[in-house]
Amino acid sequence: MNSLVVDAARRLRSNPGAVCAMFVTAGLVALALFGPAFNPNGSETLDWLHVASQPALQSAHWFGTDRLGRDLFARTLEGTRVSLAVGVVASAVSLSVGISYGAVAGYVGGRTDHAMMRIIEILSGLPLIFFVIFLTVIFGRSESLLFLSIGAVGWLTMARIVRGQTLSIRRREFIEAAVASGAGTGRIIVKHVIPNIIGPVIVYATLTVPQIIMFESFLSFLGLGIQEPHASLGTLIAEGAGEMEAAPWILLVPGGFLAVLLLALNIFGDGLRDALDVKER
Amino acid sequence: MLRYFLTRLAGAIPTLFVIVTLAFFLIRAAPGGPFDQEQTLPPEIMANLQSAYGLDQPIWTQYGRYLGALAHGDFGPSFKYKDFSVTELIGQGFPVTLELGSIAMALALILGVPIGTFAALHHNSAADYATMSLAVIGIAIPTFVVLPFLGLLFGIYVHWLPVAGWEPGSIRHLVLPVVALALPPLSVIARLTRANMLEVLRSHFVRTATAKGLPLHTVILRHAMRPALLPVASYLAPAVASIMTGSLVVESIAGLPGIGRYMVQGALNRDYTLVMGMVIIYSTLLILMGLVVDLLYAWLDPRVRLER
Amino acid sequence: MAPILSIDDLTVSFSQPNRSIFAVRQVSLAVAARECVAIVGESGSGKTQVFMAAMGLLARNAAAAGSVRFEGGEILGASPPRLNGIRGSKLTMIFQDPMTSLTPHLKIGTQLAEVLVCHAGVSWSEARLAARRMLERVRVPEPERRLSQYPHELSGGLRQRVMIGMSLLCRPQLVIADEPTTALDVTVQAQIMDLLRAMREEVGMALVLISHDLGVVAGLADRILVMYAGRIVESADSAELFRHARHPYTAALLNCIPSLSGPRLERLPTLPGQPPRPEDILDGCAFAPRCPRAAERCRMERPLLGNENGGASRVACHFPLPP
Repeated sequence: MNSLVVDAARRLRSNPGAVCAMFVTAGLVALALFGPAFNPNGSETLDWLHVASQPALQSAHWFGTDRLGRDLFARTLEGTRVSLAVGVVASAVSLSVGISYGAVAGYVGGRTDHAMMRIIEILSGLPLIFFVIFLTVIFGRSESLLFLSIGAVGWLTMARIVRGQTLSIRRREFIEAAVASGAGTGRIIVKHVIPNIIGPVIVYATLTVPQIIMFESFLSFLGLGIQEPHASLGTLIAEGAGEMEAAPWILLVPGGFLAVLLLALNIFGDGLRDALDVKER
Repeated sequence: MLRYFLTRLAGAIPTLFVIVTLAFFLIRAAPGGPFDQEQTLPPEIMANLQSAYGLDQPIWTQYGRYLGALAHGDFGPSFKYKDFSVTELIGQGFPVTLELGSIAMALALILGVPIGTFAALHHNSAADYATMSLAVIGIAIPTFVVLPFLGLLFGIYVHWLPVAGWEPGSIRHLVLPVVALALPPLSVIARLTRANMLEVLRSHFVRTATAKGLPLHTVILRHAMRPALLPVASYLAPAVASIMTGSLVVESIAGLPGIGRYMVQGALNRDYTLVMGMVIIYSTLLILMGLVVDLLYAWLDPRVRLER
Repeated sequence: MAPILSIDDLTVSFSQPNRSIFAVRQVSLAVAARECVAIVGESGSGKTQVFMAAMGLLARNAAAAGSVRFEGGEILGASPPRLNGIRGSKLTMIFQDPMTSLTPHLKIGTQLAEVLVCHAGVSWSEARLAARRMLERVRVPEPERRLSQYPHELSGGLRQRVMIGMSLLCRPQLVIADEPTTALDVTVQAQIMDLLRAMREEVGMALVLISHDLGVVAGLADRILVMYAGRIVESADSAELFRHARHPYTAALLNCIPSLSGPRLERLPTLPGQPPRPEDILDGCAFAPRCPRAAERCRMERPLLGNENGGASRVACHFPLPP
């Protein structure tokens, strides 16, 4: 498996777009985490002297301020942190669910597998986004509900892929050897099956994160996601859209951040997929 | 063909049934929801609810009434708009959304396929890389970022197009929303077409067609296009889902009075019946589209058709 | 009389990330009107690429140098419109695999008729009639029914008949048949070769037969060219070649053909070793590693194609087999 990683890394390095995207992503994450240290303005402080002021490198507020006088740079960085946090946590949730579900289905096989796959089929046919909106209407806009429902978006594809990989691995000799030596089903799954399906899982994980960030921003934009006082990039963009004519930078700054983040994640994910999957040539 | 259609239809009905039943029981389970006895509502709404849902009857009778009402297209009274039933609101909003969505879908196909074909024919050229880079941007950047940007550019800086609002029959108001809505499916279709066309152009039967001395446009249109488009046909159902989701955002930002905007408003206002009705409508639409695409696929590929 | 097809010093190379691979090296040949020439060689010998270059069907990463003249006019590197005026009508090609060479979603009738509509400018209904007549000529039973069917509804042999018919619709001057029977059952192979013979008599076109099997082309070819590692190593009249091959490779090929007369063999004779991969640069004779007659000179100096005694046969060997 080590050679697979080395081979993939080499191919990835020869893809300038993906490498660039990787650095951009890392840069944005670093900025979101460490940026506030360089910014004298807090995200909550209201600067009454500079309400809705334009961005200017000389002034106290590099990216300007919003309607309430809050420093836009600080707010955007915080929004980025929130979006990233939701993205990573929700992705982790959906990945664990998906991987477990798929591994079990693929390993146990038979009618259990068949039933589990039917469930996925039915769920795939539903417009989950609408259901999530429906749920927020019913159960209110709690943030834990948000995490769960966003996580519910990504696990289907991952489950399918993991199941496919598990099915093909199950038939190979070393699994038979493990079974013969008396290892239990659970142990086999954890120790043997999972390490061998890491490859495609990583690829789809990198593609799931932007999907989930996109979904969360979508909900927040509509007002159904992250609530005040927290703000994700989605909420900031919604604010900005309302101020478009008078103060366009309130839209452009968080919008630009989100666009660049999603673009970089997608390009990197694509590059990773090309590097790991030889058939894509 | 008919038998195929009927089997597919039969498969879709359980899904719909699950959705409808889920909606029914979920609403009744909602804490602080409409059917919670603690709820204090304006007397008119309360009266509407009582008459519409027979809240004092056993749950299974209510379920039966619910199914019966649905079968007649009755989604119950709106929760926030005292004088309107959900069915009426849907009736008002649906044509707008339909217009928006179908123009966007058509645009995505009409532009996406030629762009993808062009990129495939000029494989590895600057034009190829340029178009595919634009496609990545179209897929990655969310609609609710694109539409305000476009509005900023074309509505405020250059005053060419209106940023929001809608008048019946007006085309200018639809331009930016349609473009923003069509961009993601257009990009996917362009990429899919390019990838498939590249493969098809390498196939033996295209080589034969070229060897027969047929002009390039004939080879592409008559021999290469159908096989190259088959996978695009499979994408149509997700494309419709994407457009439906996008319409929520686009209608809200641009102030278009379609069911997307009603859905969002309903969610914000906690108008349960309205949102429930929307969910059912959207799900039904999606399932129908899935069926249509299946039929389209079967028709396009004679091997599938003849096996049925 | 001027040859219909004249290839001079043709070289075809494929560019890959690190290097160029030469599939065809300085091949020259000529085909006269009404002549049947067979090109024989193992896979990888370059025999197909020679004619892909002639037809303008080379892959995107291929480069061709040299000259290919059809009816006097240079066609190597010609523009697609100019090529389209020739191929499909005067210069046609039949491909190896009838399963994949016909367009799956178009009816047989359409695929036949479009050749005439495109090149002869006739209407679709007239073209369809002509297509039907052609199906009769290539002995396809129930031609009317077949016109409305799709390729996957026909057997391999029938599909190949359709391809042959397709190539003859405009009364071509030259037909190139690339391994026309390789993908077919043995019994069907003989039928198809008979059909080609019959069509040649009826239509009178020149025919190029590309094959890896000397036995298949035996009954039909006037002249045979043998290719190895991208070059022609022997060229002779058909009868002369079978009676008396000069190049050790040709002799070995002939040896591999099982004979009905003669003693029953324990094992089929084979040629030891493998043909060199195109990317291996060769000094000297490419066949030397496998040749029982090879000497030091063979490894140092590449033999040129020349004729001894001023006869029509030519061979590229330092130590050709004696008569």
